[in-house]
Amino acid sequence: MIRARDLKKHFKVHKRPPGFVSAMRSLVRRRYEVVKAIDGVTFTIERGERVGFLGPNGAGKTTTLKVLSGLLHPTSGEIEVEGFVPFRRQTKFLEAITLVMGQKSQLIWDLPPSETYAMNRAVFDVPHAEFKQTLAELTELLDLGPLLDKPTRQLSLGERMKCELAAALLHRPTTLFLDEPTIGLDVAMQVAIRDFIRSYNQKHDATVLLTSHYMDDVVALCPRIIVIDAGALVHDGDLRQLIKTMDPDKRVTFTVTAVVAEDEITRLGALLLRDGQRITLKVPEREIATVVGHLLGVLKVADLAIEDPPLEEILRVMFGKSREARDSELPPASEATGS
Amino acid sequence: MRFGRTLRTLPTLLRVGVAETVAYRAEFLVWILTTTLPLVMLGLWTKVAEEKPFAGYTAAGFTAYYLSNLIVRNLTGSWVAWQVSEEIRLGSMSMRLLRPLHPMIAFAMSHLAAVPFRTVVVLPIAVILLVSSGASALTTEPLQLAMLLPSLVLAWVLTFTMMFMLGCFAFFMTKSMSLLSLYFLLFSLLSGYLLPIPLLPWWIRDVAEVLPFRFMLSAPIELMTRSLPGRELAALLAGQLAWAIAMLVLSLWAFRRGVRRFEAVGG
Repeated sequence: MIRARDLKKHFKVHKRPPGFVSAMRSLVRRRYEVVKAIDGVTFTIERGERVGFLGPNGAGKTTTLKVLSGLLHPTSGEIEVEGFVPFRRQTKFLEAITLVMGQKSQLIWDLPPSETYAMNRAVFDVPHAEFKQTLAELTELLDLGPLLDKPTRQLSLGERMKCELAAALLHRPTTLFLDEPTIGLDVAMQVAIRDFIRSYNQKHDATVLLTSHYMDDVVALCPRIIVIDAGALVHDGDLRQLIKTMDPDKRVTFTVTAVVAEDEITRLGALLLRDGQRITLKVPEREIATVVGHLLGVLKVADLAIEDPPLEEILRVMFGKSREARDSELPPASEATGS
Repeated sequence: MRFGRTLRTLPTLLRVGVAETVAYRAEFLVWILTTTLPLVMLGLWTKVAEEKPFAGYTAAGFTAYYLSNLIVRNLTGSWVAWQVSEEIRLGSMSMRLLRPLHPMIAFAMSHLAAVPFRTVVVLPIAVILLVSSGASALTTEPLQLAMLLPSLVLAWVLTFTMMFMLGCFAFFMTKSMSLLSLYFLLFSLLSGYLLPIPLLPWWIRDVAEVLPFRFMLSAPIELMTRSLPGRELAALLAGQLAWAIAMLVLSLWAFRRGVRRFEAVGG
């Protein structure tokens, strides 16, 4: 279980305007700004949940994951992960969690991943038999066979990411903090990693807290999402419910097979996209049956699909709203201090 | 229980350390080359003492001193400050902090793994020393020779922990490596690296006698090249032990304080 209550993490950042004069001035008198990376976030995640952690760049997602995994000391607030206070980094806590950062590697760069695995086995004190079994499982699930004895530096990004995941899971942690685990990967690899995370979660009843810029990752993996913006919690709840609340209209996409006048289409719903014969309309949920019936029966369209609005769109609206709310408040999120 | 567990990890860490040293062999050789400054000093000082002894050192005395210097420096030198500092600056220290093993132990094992390779480099220097005129200036006292290994071990521990602590300054300063230039200046002057401590002006010598630098390099050299009365020998080893313990405590404290300030930069 993960619990955060009024969690805050503030950083003091040295600020200076560009230019030679300000560089010289900063030698004598430095100006600092307090950046509120996390500003009073509260949430609870139960054992076995898969939660998507979303927010724009700089919202405080990675900082939160780092605080929860014990890398950063919080400025204030209470946190508890699997019954431990993370920043104390007790052995039992470190054995229970893992943090995978898509842009940071724990693999030893010039040695094959098998060497990092051997080291992790020793450091996490995993019995040899259990290690063999887990590695065999991970090798099969992630198709690591040909990669184990290749120097890490010679692996492709996708191959390295799979090896990173295996290194992070060899000690069978029950809480997974995954920060952009599919960044830079092709679609097939993204799907493979997603499938793997889901099966690990189900098999080990592991808690997963995931950040990703790929909304497909979140939609496919996380029934619940927590959204933060500028360090503050904007939403915490069911993903489908959020979509329904923010934008209850469906997206109806189809291909017209004959020439159709535009007004005949726009009277069925708001036209969102027209790309040649491919058309996307925004249609209220209660009118779906009528519209679909008309499209299939009268207009004889093909390849018809009904979808929820994309999560990206929902979030864009949500972040826009939270920014407006923030802008109307004073003072701003950061305050300058001299020294 | 934790101690026993840490002990169990050591063989694997050493094995991986050996694999790393082999993988980074070019880097390792370059580092060896950077420790050859004593050879330049050897050329200079043997020339000075060619005709008559200088401050008690004959040409053979200088040969013994600087070749011993090269041997000790190769066996006990450490570059861990650069590694620690770089990992803190770039945020990759995060990965070490996620493992239930103190990063100092992991670094220590990786550095110890390089010692056998360094010994291979040191052996030819030792052979040269024994067949050169310098052999006549080496000690033959059995007790001193017996104390050489403990003294080298303490010098290694002191150097490693000192460098680890300097690396930890990166937790507190953005460009902490500038401190290393200052450190190297003090080390070169006060450890006997550039010239034997007895050749220093008295007021610097007095300071050098008590600071840790002497115990990092000069102490084992003194054991090899000087005849030390029992009390002096005991004081030398006690000084090494005291500084090694003090630096271990200081470096662990610096690391602990630093981790509290760690910003774990980068996604």
